[in-house]
Amino acid sequence: MQRSDFSAIVPVLIVTLSACAVMLAEAFRRKHEEMPLGWLGVIGLVGATASSILLWNSHLVGFGVVAADNFALFFNVMICAIGLLTIFLSMGTAERDQLPVGEYYTIMLFAIVGMMLMGSSKDLLVIFLALEIMSLGVYVLTGIKRTSEAGAEAAFKYFVLGAFSSAFFLYGIAFTYATTGTTKLDELGLKIASTSAEPNLLVILAMVFLLVGFAFKVAAVPFHMWTPDAYQGAPTLVTGFMSTGVKAAAFAAFVRVFLAAFEPLRMDWVPVLSAIAGLTMILGTVVGVAQTSVKRMLAYSSIAHAGYLLVGLVASNAAGKAAILFYLVSYAITNLGAFGILAALSSPDRPHDDIRDFAGLGQDRPWLAGLLTIFLLSLGGFPPTVGFVAKWYIFNAAVQEHMVALAVLGVLTSVVSVFFYLRIVVMMYMVDETAPGHRPVVPVMVFVGLLLAVAGVFYLGVLPGRLLSIAASSVASIF
Amino acid sequence: MLLLIPLIPFLGFLINATIGRRWPKSLSGGVATAAMGLSFGVAAMQVWHLWHLEPVHGVRAIEQTVFTWLQSDTLTIPLAFRIDPLSSLMILVITGIGSLIHLYSTEYMHEETDSEFARYFSYLNLFASFMLVLVLGSSFPVMFVGWEGVGLCSYLLIGFYYAKPSAADAGKKAFIVNRIGDFGFILGMLLIFALFGTLNFQDVATAVSQLPTEQHWGLITIATMLLFLGATGKSAQVPLYVWLPDAMEGPTPVSALIHAATMVTAGVYMIGRNAVLFSHAPETLGIVAVVGCVTALMAGTIGLVQNDIKRVLAYSTVSQLGYMFLAMGVGAFAGGIFHLYTHAFFKALLFLGSGAVIHALHGEQDLRKMGGLRKELPITYWTFLIGTLAIAGVPLFSGFFSKDEILWKTYESGHIVLWVLAVLTAFLTATYMFRLVYMAFAGERRGGAGAHGHADAHGHAAAAQGHGPDAHGGGHLHDAPPAMAIALIVLAIGSVAAGYVGVPHVLKGDNRIESYLEPSFVAHGAGAAETAMVTGGEGAPAEHALAAEASAGEHGGSSMEMMLMIFSVLVAGAGILTATYFFKWKPEAADSVAASMSGVHSLLLNKYYVDELYNAIIVQPIKRVSTGVLWKGVDAGMIDGTVNAVGLVVRGWSAVLRRLQTGSVRAYAMSLFVGVVVIVGYYLSAWVR
Repeated sequence: MQRSDFSAIVPVLIVTLSACAVMLAEAFRRKHEEMPLGWLGVIGLVGATASSILLWNSHLVGFGVVAADNFALFFNVMICAIGLLTIFLSMGTAERDQLPVGEYYTIMLFAIVGMMLMGSSKDLLVIFLALEIMSLGVYVLTGIKRTSEAGAEAAFKYFVLGAFSSAFFLYGIAFTYATTGTTKLDELGLKIASTSAEPNLLVILAMVFLLVGFAFKVAAVPFHMWTPDAYQGAPTLVTGFMSTGVKAAAFAAFVRVFLAAFEPLRMDWVPVLSAIAGLTMILGTVVGVAQTSVKRMLAYSSIAHAGYLLVGLVASNAAGKAAILFYLVSYAITNLGAFGILAALSSPDRPHDDIRDFAGLGQDRPWLAGLLTIFLLSLGGFPPTVGFVAKWYIFNAAVQEHMVALAVLGVLTSVVSVFFYLRIVVMMYMVDETAPGHRPVVPVMVFVGLLLAVAGVFYLGVLPGRLLSIAASSVASIF
Repeated sequence: MLLLIPLIPFLGFLINATIGRRWPKSLSGGVATAAMGLSFGVAAMQVWHLWHLEPVHGVRAIEQTVFTWLQSDTLTIPLAFRIDPLSSLMILVITGIGSLIHLYSTEYMHEETDSEFARYFSYLNLFASFMLVLVLGSSFPVMFVGWEGVGLCSYLLIGFYYAKPSAADAGKKAFIVNRIGDFGFILGMLLIFALFGTLNFQDVATAVSQLPTEQHWGLITIATMLLFLGATGKSAQVPLYVWLPDAMEGPTPVSALIHAATMVTAGVYMIGRNAVLFSHAPETLGIVAVVGCVTALMAGTIGLVQNDIKRVLAYSTVSQLGYMFLAMGVGAFAGGIFHLYTHAFFKALLFLGSGAVIHALHGEQDLRKMGGLRKELPITYWTFLIGTLAIAGVPLFSGFFSKDEILWKTYESGHIVLWVLAVLTAFLTATYMFRLVYMAFAGERRGGAGAHGHADAHGHAAAAQGHGPDAHGGGHLHDAPPAMAIALIVLAIGSVAAGYVGVPHVLKGDNRIESYLEPSFVAHGAGAAETAMVTGGEGAPAEHALAAEASAGEHGGSSMEMMLMIFSVLVAGAGILTATYFFKWKPEAADSVAASMSGVHSLLLNKYYVDELYNAIIVQPIKRVSTGVLWKGVDAGMIDGTVNAVGLVVRGWSAVLRRLQTGSVRAYAMSLFVGVVVIVGYYLSAWVR
C-alpha cells in the first residue's frame, strides 16, 4: 500500500466522511433542534470537488482498481456538482416536504459516493459494488417519505426490478471472469482484443448481460419500465437527483466498460445498441406527449434523453465520446433546475404535479415561470441554451459516423419533444389560474441553486468550448 | 458594433420582462420603442459604413466575431455577425419598420393593463432581437438561433390574447407546423456539414462553387430541399401555409411586424443567403418556383372571398410570399429580395391600417359590417389606399417595380406557364385588395359601431370602451391617434418611394438594387476566383454567368419587357375594374355570381378544405396512435393503470403489496426479461449462422 493509493481515493473518502458526519450529527440531534446538516454535505462535496481538481492530470490508481484519471475526476466533479445543486434546492423545501432531513442528506451523500466510484472503478467487481451502493441509496431515497403511499410503492418496484437487473449484471461479470479469467478492465480489454476475431459465445453473453444492467440504470427501452413509476412516486427532489446523478454515473461506467474493455467487440454491440437508442428516443418522446403529470412527463423526457446519450455512445468517435460527457453535464443542470422549481412549488395543499397546476404561474411568479421556461427550452434543445449545443454535438457525431438514420430520428424526436415541454410554458403564460390553493414561498438557497443552474444553462450554451475540450481530454484518458 | 444591433432590443426585452412590469405604460412602451429606434440608428450607421467600403474580392462586407461558440476538432463556429448588401437591406427593414410598429403599438395596445403592456413589448423586443440575429448570422447555426427564437416569439405573440381559445389554438398550430419546417432545417444543416465540412455561409458557397451543378437528385438537391422545407414552414408556403391565416389571432401590430414584414420572409432570405447553393440544385429551384407560384395563386383565390379584414390580408401575404419564392425559384434572387423589401412597407402599412380600422370600430373585423369609413377615417383611408395601389402593382408605386421584375424574370427564364399563373395572381391581387377597400371604406356603414363588445382580437379594447361615450351605434369614429398616424404616414411614403431603388433599365432606370444585391448571390474568396465574378469598374458584376445571362437578356428583350410591363399594368387595371364593378357599381352582381357558382364559392370560403384534410389524414391518425396504441396500449396498460389507481384504491401497505404481487411488477420484470431474451436471441441466431 502506497500513499498514492490513498491519494487516488481522497475525493471519495471526503464525501464518505461528510456522510458519516451528517449521520452522527443527526444521531445527536435533539428533536426539533435546527442543525445545518445540508451544509455539512456541502462542505464534503466542495472538498471532494477541490481535491478532484487538484488530482487533475495526476493519473493515479488506488489499490489497482480505483482510478483517478481525468475521466474519473470529470465525473467526480460533475456528480459533486449535482449533489451540491440538489442540496441547495433541498434547503427549506425538504423540511417543508416533511422529509427526515438527516437521513435524507446522509443517504444522498452515500449514494454520491457510489456514483463517484462508478466513474472511477477499473474493475467490474468494484463497479458492481459501486452500483449497489448507489442503487441502495436511491431505493431508500425514493421511499424516504414514509407517509407517501406512491413513494413506498415506487421504491418497492424500483428495488425489486433493480435487484433483477443487478442479477443480470452479476451474471455478466461471472461470464466475463469465466471466459477471460479477469475482472480488471485493462486486462479484459487485452484479452477480448486478442480473441475479437472469433469471440466466444460466453463473452457475447457476458456483454449482453452487462449491457442489460447498464441499460436498466440509464432507463433505456425496453428496460425503462420502472422509470415513470419511480420518478413520479419519489419526492420531487429525489427524482431530480436520481434522474441526473444515476444517469451520469451509469453512463460513466457504461462508457468505460463498453468503449474501453469491450471496444474490440464494437461491431457486435453497435447494432443492438443502435436499436435500443432508436426505440428509447421514440418511446420516450411519443409517450411523453400524452402525459398530464409533469413529473411523469419529465420521466419520459429522461428516457428520451437516455436515447440521445446512447446515440453518442453508438457513434463512439472522438466527437461522440466528448459529446456524451458534455450532454450529461447539460442534462444534469437543466433537469435539476426544472425539478428544483417543481419541488419549490409543491406544497401539501397543492402538489403542483398536474400540468393544470401550472396555470397562471407566469402572472403569479414571473421569475420562477421565466426560469422554468428556460430550463424547458433547454431540455427541448432550443438555442442558445446548452440543450441545443449538447444535442448538436451528439447528432453531429452520429452524422460523422454515417449513422444518418439515428441522427434523423434524433432530430425528429427532439422536434416532437418540444411540444410537451412547451405545453407547460403555454400553461404558465396562456392560461389563467384555476387550481385551488396558493403557492408556497421559495426559500433563499433554492433561488441560489436555480440561479446557478440557469447561469450554467446560458454559460454553456453560449461558451461551450471550454467544457467540451475538458470533456474531450478527460475521455481521452481512458483509452 | 454589429453586436449592438440585436443587443439593444434584447436589453429592452430584459428591462420590460423584469422591472418594466410595474412601470406605467408610457415608460415601458417608450423603452421598447427607443430600443428599436436606437438599434435602427446603429444599423443605419453600419450600412452607411458598408456603402463606403472598398470591395474586397468583389464584395463589401463587415464581419464581427464575438467569440467562438461551438468548437470541436472538426468544426469551429464562431458567434459571428456579418453584413453584406443582402443583410444590410434586411436589418434596415427590420429595425426601421420595427421601430414604426413599436411606435404604433404604444397607442394600439393602450387598453391593456400595465403588466400585459410590458409583456407585449418584451416579446416584441425579443422578437426583433432574434430576427436580427437570424439575418446577421454568418453561419447556419447562428441563423438557427434566430430562426428558433423568432418562432418562439411568434408563438407567444399569436397566443397573446390567450383568454380566447381560438388564439391559443392558433399559437399551437403555428408552433407545430413550424416544427415540421425546423426538422427540415436542422437535417439540411447536418447534411451540409457532412458534405462540405463547414457551416459558414461564405465557405459553403465557395465550396459548392467548385462543384458542378447537380443535374439530377443528388445530395446538394436533398440538402436544399430540406432547407426549403424549413422555408415553407417559416414563410407559410404550400403545404405548410395553414398556420399563417390563423396567426391573425394575435394583436394586429404583431401581424404587421412578424406575420407580414419580417419573420415570414425569413425563408426567402435564407434561400437568398444560400443562392450559390440553391443555384447548384436546379431541381430544387424548379420546385421552389412551382411551390411559390401555386401558393401565390391558391392564396389569392382564397383571399377573394374572405370576409375578415385581417384574413384577406393574411392570404394576401401568403400569396405575395409565393411571388418571392417564385422569383427565387427562377433564379431572380435580387428580384425576390426586392419584392420582400417593398412588400415589407406596403403590407406593414395595410396591416397597420386595418388595425386602425379595427381600433376605431372597437374590435370589429368583419368587412360586411364596415363601409363608409372613408369620410370618418381619412388618414387611415388615404394611407390604406396607397398601400393597396402599391400591392396591386399600379405604376409609380413600389409594388409595381418589384412585381414586374419578378414577372419579367419568370417570363425571361422560359417558365411561360408559371408566368401566366403569376399574371393571373396579379389580377386576383388587384381584385381582392380593391374589394377590401370598397367594402371597408366606400358606400355607407353597414352594422353598428361594434358597441356590443364584439369579442374579437381587440376584445379587451371593446370591453374597456363598451361604455364609452363614442361607442354608440353609428356614432362618430376616431381616426388613428398621433402615434399610429405617424407610423401610417411614414409607411405610406415608404410604400411609394421604396420602389425607386429598383427602376428597371427598360424604364431608363439603373436598377440599383439589383447591382447592389448581386454580390451577395455569388461565391467569393480565393478558391472561387475562377467562377466568381471579376470586379468591374463600378463594383458591378462583369463576368458572372448569371449576371451575364441576365444582361444579355435585358438587351435582347427590352422591347419584349416593355410590352409585358404594359400588359401587366393592364391586368392590374382589369383587376381594379372588376372589383369596382362588383363591389362599387353593382354590389348585387357579386352576390349573384357567388350564388351561381356556389360550389366554387364555398370551396374558396372554406379555404379548399385544407385544414379539414390535414386534420383527417394527419392529425387524427397521429393522435390515435400516440394515445391509443403507444400510451394506452404499450405503456399505460401496464404502468399508468396501476399508478393512477394508487390514489383511488390503494390504502395502506397491504394493499400496496397485494397490488405489487398481482400486478405490474411482474409485468415490468417480464418486459425486462423479454428484452434480454430478444437480445440474446439476436446474438444466438447470428452465432448459428
